[in-house]
Amino acid sequence: MKTTITVNGQARTLDVDSRTTLLDALREHLGLIGSKKGCDHGQCGACTVLVNGARINSCLSLLVMHDGDQVTTIEGLGTAENLHPVQQAFLENDAFQCGYCTPGQICSAVGMLQEAADGWPSQVMEDVAALVDLTEAEIRERMSGNICRCSAYPQIVAAIRSVAGDAA
Amino acid sequence: MRPFTYERAADALSAVKAVAENPGAKFLAGGTNLLDLMKLDIERPTHLVDVGRLPFAGVEEVNGGLRVGGAMVNSKLAAHPRVRELYPVLVRALVSGASGQLRNKATTAGNLLQRTRCAYFYDTTKPCNKRQPGSGCSALEGVHGSHDAIFGASKACIASHPSDMAVALTVLGASVETLTPSGASRTLAVQDLHRLPGDTPQVETDLAPGELITAVLLPPPPEGGQVYRKVRGRASYAHGIASVAVAGGRVALGAVAHKPWRAAHIEDALAAGASAVEAAEAELSKADRSDRNALKIALVGRLAAAAIEESKTRRTA
Repeated sequence: MKTTITVNGQARTLDVDSRTTLLDALREHLGLIGSKKGCDHGQCGACTVLVNGARINSCLSLLVMHDGDQVTTIEGLGTAENLHPVQQAFLENDAFQCGYCTPGQICSAVGMLQEAADGWPSQVMEDVAALVDLTEAEIRERMSGNICRCSAYPQIVAAIRSVAGDAA
Repeated sequence: MRPFTYERAADALSAVKAVAENPGAKFLAGGTNLLDLMKLDIERPTHLVDVGRLPFAGVEEVNGGLRVGGAMVNSKLAAHPRVRELYPVLVRALVSGASGQLRNKATTAGNLLQRTRCAYFYDTTKPCNKRQPGSGCSALEGVHGSHDAIFGASKACIASHPSDMAVALTVLGASVETLTPSGASRTLAVQDLHRLPGDTPQVETDLAPGELITAVLLPPPPEGGQVYRKVRGRASYAHGIASVAVAGGRVALGAVAHKPWRAAHIEDALAAGASAVEAAEAELSKADRSDRNALKIALVGRLAAAAIEESKTRRTA
């Protein structure tokens, strides 16, 4: 079934089996192997990409559901010469070991920072109608959909806090 | 995953007809639960009708309450200013469920219709009456007991409903608005949407084949503080062992039955002047006891009493 998505600013048309997930379309058909397949069940977050600005698990979505959507992958966030601020912060804070979860962590963090800037609530807030203060507890809660098997969590939180602090 | 055909619905009525006319068809919205179960070969639709882009994704003011579109994603519902102002119990239930990524995809209607997380429903090497009617219930003698139903279960199934959102909707007295294959719409209370398992645990709701949930209707919030408390195996991104929603004098329990459980005995006891602990005991004394669920029954009782006490300190919406 023919589907057109805009990936990192470029329109791409694919005609694939309806079973193809967005993740498999990106990796196997478009050669964008930055997004990773970890669990393939939405539990680990390694496949996280931004669709129309919102972070989602690309393994739990079909390509055919995304006709006309804007998709941003880790490849579209920055370049080696001009890193995205969250990528730069991960480097500076040594926020990974093996690196397998890192593209998903970074895409998720970019989406999460926008959600917090938009005032979206979380379960660790005392009052869900209050303003968001991105404390360590807030970052840990909001990033709970991304697992790091190397357990680089303290550095990941530090990296995200440094960007959140700069933005504030 | 088994092969299937896919269509994007042009409008609600054609979507409803497409599913009603094809026994192998299912609605697809966010897909976070359905696609997962299809990968595991638990769900086997032959045709998917994508209703995710139908224009049911907003919030409108209706008679002092709100009407929420069935296709609105959970994260946007939780972030909506009027929802945060009027229904903190619903916001807290929504953000207690799943992860940030999943909440950006999962819809209001889909959340209500998600399947159980019973470990034996997921284990395709084991009998399960819900997955394969007539095969038996592995959970009855199983080792994973913390998500078992303690109210309204049957010999055929002791699975519990996993939704957090549905527990808050139940305590708020919300209804669902549906479109039926005849083209008529109807309204039914969230409390009456899901069924107890009986002998047919594979039939989970009273919706007709092809009937589509188009909206959730929230009545004006009740007087009194609202609370949602959830206990689970880790701090975030895990389904509940138990949860409690309180709004004014109303109480509902989650992860304790095949449906969100309105705790009528607690409410009656509170209305009669009982303490929170006494009221919780009034409900839990009616629980189905087994040799494996003593801990869960005690946990639900303590959680309910604590949530009722907390509600007295919370603001009225």
